[in-house]
Amino acid sequence: MSAVDTAAEPGTGRAPRRGRRGKGEGQRQSVAGWLFVTPTLVVLGLFLVIPIVMALWVSFTDWNGRGSPFSSRVNLVGAQNYAALLTEQGLSRQDFMISLRNTFYYVIGVVPLQTLLALTLAIIVNQRFLKGRTFFRTAFYFPSVVSSVAISLVFLFLFTGTGAVNKFLSIFGIDGPTWFSDPRGLIHLVGDWLGLWSSGSPPAALENTQVMSLSLWEWFSGPSVAMSAIMLQVVWTTAGTFMLMFIAGLQDLPTEVEEAAMVDGANKWQRFRAVTLPHLRPTILLVITLGVIGTWQVFDQMYVMTKGGPAKTTLTPAYLSYSAAFTQNQWGQGAAIAFLLFMLIFVLTSIQRYWLRDKDVAAQRKAERAQRRAAKRGVTA
Amino acid sequence: MSQPASDARVTQADRARAAIETETLLVRPASGDGGSVVARSSPMKKVAVYAALLVFALIYIYPFVVQLSTSFKTNQDAVSNPLALIPDPITTAAFHRIAQTDFPLWFMNSVIVTVCVTLGRVFLDSLAGYSLARLKYRGRDAVFTAILAVMAVPGIVLLIPKFLVLNSLGMYNTYSALIVPLLVDAAGVFIMKQFFESIPASVEEAARIDGAGTFRIFWSIVLPMARPAVITLTILSFQGSWNELAHFIIATDKPALFTLTRGVGQLTSGGLGSGKQFPISMAAALLMTIPTALVFIAFQRYFTQGANAGAEKG
Repeated sequence: MSAVDTAAEPGTGRAPRRGRRGKGEGQRQSVAGWLFVTPTLVVLGLFLVIPIVMALWVSFTDWNGRGSPFSSRVNLVGAQNYAALLTEQGLSRQDFMISLRNTFYYVIGVVPLQTLLALTLAIIVNQRFLKGRTFFRTAFYFPSVVSSVAISLVFLFLFTGTGAVNKFLSIFGIDGPTWFSDPRGLIHLVGDWLGLWSSGSPPAALENTQVMSLSLWEWFSGPSVAMSAIMLQVVWTTAGTFMLMFIAGLQDLPTEVEEAAMVDGANKWQRFRAVTLPHLRPTILLVITLGVIGTWQVFDQMYVMTKGGPAKTTLTPAYLSYSAAFTQNQWGQGAAIAFLLFMLIFVLTSIQRYWLRDKDVAAQRKAERAQRRAAKRGVTA
Repeated sequence: MSQPASDARVTQADRARAAIETETLLVRPASGDGGSVVARSSPMKKVAVYAALLVFALIYIYPFVVQLSTSFKTNQDAVSNPLALIPDPITTAAFHRIAQTDFPLWFMNSVIVTVCVTLGRVFLDSLAGYSLARLKYRGRDAVFTAILAVMAVPGIVLLIPKFLVLNSLGMYNTYSALIVPLLVDAAGVFIMKQFFESIPASVEEAARIDGAGTFRIFWSIVLPMARPAVITLTILSFQGSWNELAHFIIATDKPALFTLTRGVGQLTSGGLGSGKQFPISMAAALLMTIPTALVFIAFQRYFTQGANAGAEKG
């Protein structure tokens, strides 16, 4: 500060100097502005933009990981890598379709469950009479900040054949599966249980109809038992983050509105449906969108726990892309999978955004107005 | 990088949205205490809520307790009494075994990477955020739009691409490969920009008239005022780089450069000759969780703010 003070000292000629500075100031800001933002642009450009361009190039080549992907020995193969994944009969397409199937079941299982769990936790923790709310909020949120690797190790132990989960189930006389090594599909199992079919000899109509390299029977397997265990783990881990978003939303709900509803004679359920839920709508949409984006990218758990097994039932596009490139040296194919996944996520989020567009904005404006009113109240109080 | 980290990633991309604005929500005292709503909570409801709470608390706390107790068990005890919370006999064998492996090296690597990434991120994100919030120059809006666009790219699809660049630059299998690509995150830039915009411009005006240079104004006047945002960003960066897995997988295959996530992740595939040695994997998981837990407990408030950066008020 003292340097600043002394710099301000000389009083003479201040006016003309300020004039000059006014002009130089714009230039100086311009230089500083670019200077300040350059490191960020360089890193993002180098490790985000250029990589994408390079990978796009590689996805049209047969590069095997040796030498430069731009060397003359690398052949351009056109859209062949994409064709092998989408239109040609073969192992590549089969694996890719299996990974899409697995992840599809994973997403439609995890997203609703984690949203529901997060909302439930938020409502419980938000009860005003509750003692120790901070403690419980912390406990529920903690798994979200812990490394996925550490959590995976713990769940591998909990869900092992002789592990805590099965021990617990055996108290109720339930013979638990060997979770992470059980490839049976849930829908198949439910069908067995209901007597709809026998997984040992599946209905011929389903088994003999091939769609995109998989039989209908395989398409309708549901998530495998192994995948379900991963789903439980992920729901458990991520719900805390979304719970915080819901809590923020709930605390934003003006008490007056709820009281007015109460005066009108609405019961608890009606109040929840007609007041709380509409108020939380933007949050719910956000949580679902983030959930979909996040779940389609699932990778860590597969890398640490299952490597895509058992019987490829936990294979996901992200893991398939990684293993195609890094373990099978099919870099073109790996890059192509990554781009297809990118496009899939992009399309899904675009659809979601379009679908929720106007209503979303309206709800948000409403929330903002409510907030402003609340703020005004806070000032006058 | 994916799920729990997908949440890390997810939260990263979206945290950006409203960053600091929401922070008041969680620290704001509950307004209704003692109000009419409380009076209406029947005893039945209270019992139900507490019962539900108890169940969820068990589900959420028990795994960590099991982790703690199993790391002091013998393998046989761990396998035959997985639910028991008191080890019988109590042994620190798992920790001794870990000490003989590369675990200390992985820990050191994680510390080095995390410290560098966190310092770099806080500094560079703040600089860029300040530039975008306060300095006027042509092309600023374009830069901001570009950063926003970059944020939308799902991180997992960048695995192969990032390897390609690291490889071409000759950075593969070096510390810089672990650190440099993580030095900037678009979401952090966004958070800082949001916060700087909330600081009154008059403060800088005064300093500018006094002849202070732009960097000086940023460094000794504006940045100290942005302390809450800086702390939030520090914590997000710490958590992100300490837990990062996918980037470290593609940045190196040299065991000397393995970080905790990479090294410990191999325990499951019998990397330590551990196979089904559960006490060892639990102890390793415990040791890598402790730093996170300490930071989490110390800065709990900022963690919750970070998570809420993505909440509705974008």
